[in-house]
Amino acid sequence: MTTPEQQERKPVRVFLVDDHALFRAGVRAELAAHGDDVEVVGEAGSVGEAVAGIAHHRPDVVLLDVHMPDGGGAEVLRRVRPANPSVVFLALSVSDAAEDVIAVIRGGARGYVTKTISSQELARSVRRVAEGDAVFSPRLAGFVLDAFSERPGAAPIADPELDLLTPREREVLRLLARGYAYKEIASELYISVKTVETHVSSVLRKTQLSNRYELSRWATDRRLV
Amino acid sequence: MAVHHPACDHFGVSSQLAEEETATPEVYAVRRLHRSESHKLVGGVAGGLAEHLRVPVLWVRAAFTVMTAIGFMGPLAYVLLWMFAAQAPPGEKAAPPDAKERQQGIAMIALGIGLFIVITVFSGSLGSWFIVPVTVGVGGAALVYREADEAQRRKWRDGAKSGVSGFVGTGSTQAKIRLIAGVVLVCGGVALFLFQQISPALLPPVLLAMLATLVGVGVITVPWWLRLVRDLDDERRARIRDQEREEIAAHLHDSVLQTLALIQKQAENPREVVKLARGQERQLRTWLYGPTGYGRGRAQAAEANEAADVPVTFGTLHEAIAVACGEVEDTFGVAVEQVVVGDCPMDVRLTALVQAAREAIVNSAKHSGVGEVSVYAEIEPDTVTVFVRDRGKGFDPEQVSTDRHGLADSIRGRMDRHGGKVRLRTSPGEGTEVQLEMPRKKEAKA
Repeated sequence: MTTPEQQERKPVRVFLVDDHALFRAGVRAELAAHGDDVEVVGEAGSVGEAVAGIAHHRPDVVLLDVHMPDGGGAEVLRRVRPANPSVVFLALSVSDAAEDVIAVIRGGARGYVTKTISSQELARSVRRVAEGDAVFSPRLAGFVLDAFSERPGAAPIADPELDLLTPREREVLRLLARGYAYKEIASELYISVKTVETHVSSVLRKTQLSNRYELSRWATDRRLV
Repeated sequence: MAVHHPACDHFGVSSQLAEEETATPEVYAVRRLHRSESHKLVGGVAGGLAEHLRVPVLWVRAAFTVMTAIGFMGPLAYVLLWMFAAQAPPGEKAAPPDAKERQQGIAMIALGIGLFIVITVFSGSLGSWFIVPVTVGVGGAALVYREADEAQRRKWRDGAKSGVSGFVGTGSTQAKIRLIAGVVLVCGGVALFLFQQISPALLPPVLLAMLATLVGVGVITVPWWLRLVRDLDDERRARIRDQEREEIAAHLHDSVLQTLALIQKQAENPREVVKLARGQERQLRTWLYGPTGYGRGRAQAAEANEAADVPVTFGTLHEAIAVACGEVEDTFGVAVEQVVVGDCPMDVRLTALVQAAREAIVNSAKHSGVGEVSVYAEIEPDTVTVFVRDRGKGFDPEQVSTDRHGLADSIRGRMDRHGGKVRLRTSPGEGTEVQLEMPRKKEAKA
């Protein structure tokens, strides 16, 4: 398989934002093993440091912690994105709370992975968001499916283009939630990896723009079907 | 009963004091005057006094009657005692007085007031004008006080959520009517008194002066009232914060610190360390983010339970799957990644489904040769589907059917019995995926 990765071997420049120094050191060490693919150019331990650091280093990808003092990842997104639209964010979190995850996605992050991810998988995810694709962990796929599902009390569909997932997108999300990799999804559905990526990006856009969340699930608590 | 109180003896040696205290501790337990619940006709003052003095209630009532006859002292003493003695604390449930005691008491009240009227009228010491307003006013005060007692008991029942709204806010319509009637009676008594004492020409200026005084006192004491309310609020908030902090500290100590200690001890055994860390992580997650967890807030969790109308022990499918995954993680030291979309209450079929899924996870953990199993459950209005998948070595389904019963009995048999379906996808080197599908039963007794 030939991908664009082969010709542009320039490593992706990564900036780490996490309030735990121990964790930053860990990620740095893990990514060092993939030095030709990913290069850590800087790190920050607070929202203020992150805003300054990102403006200074102009990285390709920011690995962003969801939970931090002073507003967390969502606050960093809010302050950095208007001035640096080219910087891509990938949320990296231990949080299981749908509200947190959806908040950073709607804030503009291109993906969400958990902190238990393997270093190889993390490097691949960084590369993927840097190329403009979205990265969904199984859990995020589950959250999104949940949010777009039809249930009593769900928000009305104001804009069908944004508020509904196509059957194909739903299938892709289900497979993601079942733990399939993009390549496995592609062979399962007899489509190309590129098409899978397109579907996931489209779901990401809907997740960011649709208003179904506020009214359906995240505003209230878990609602039983 | 020891009359000599060592604490009052300034020359008493401390050793003597200690000795006496250990010898007869109950002597020094202060008995407080409480208003009685079991002998309550009006406010429970007579009953409480009788219990406190250890004499029959009848004697106390008789004393009040005599005091009423002589210059209306009885009601005055009664009201003062009502104000200063607290209600009997909740807990000791007491039966209200029986019909006989009630009749007797009411008769004595009537007798006291009647005697007082007779005595005053015949002796002429006080004009009869005095009786009507005072009786009306005292009656109103009794109503208001009773209502305050009732409000306090309600607050005890409700677990003391709010202090300020306890007086008026939480009562029923009936309680409010009683309260208003009491206030009207007290005002009426005061008004009657004024009308009889003061000539009609003087009434407007007197009323004006009264009003001005009331407003003045009100204005002067506003900051004090505000501070009282605010202090009360602050204190309550601080107390809640302290409780929360203690709860978090206790939780961290009980679980996290203990596990960290265990991990240090097991440092040479990586498998055990992973198992411990994984188990602790799961526990902490459930505590923080779980459906009934700490982060959700108790009221919300209770509401969710109520909405589902599920006995707490039965739980929801989401919780059941989480428990099953956790058990397998603990037993086999593998990571089970679970994603659940939607949720619903458990029933017999879903229990079978979860057991089958658990068996499938165990199979993956035991035979796949990899450390991670993915579980995905989707709850739809008509069906529940669970996928259990690993990226391990897989197997040839044709070859295992004879000697191993796990898949045949525990999974397929269980699903068949409850009307579910099983699909298996595997081949050597390709990993394994078990798909379990169970139709949802429509609740007959909705």
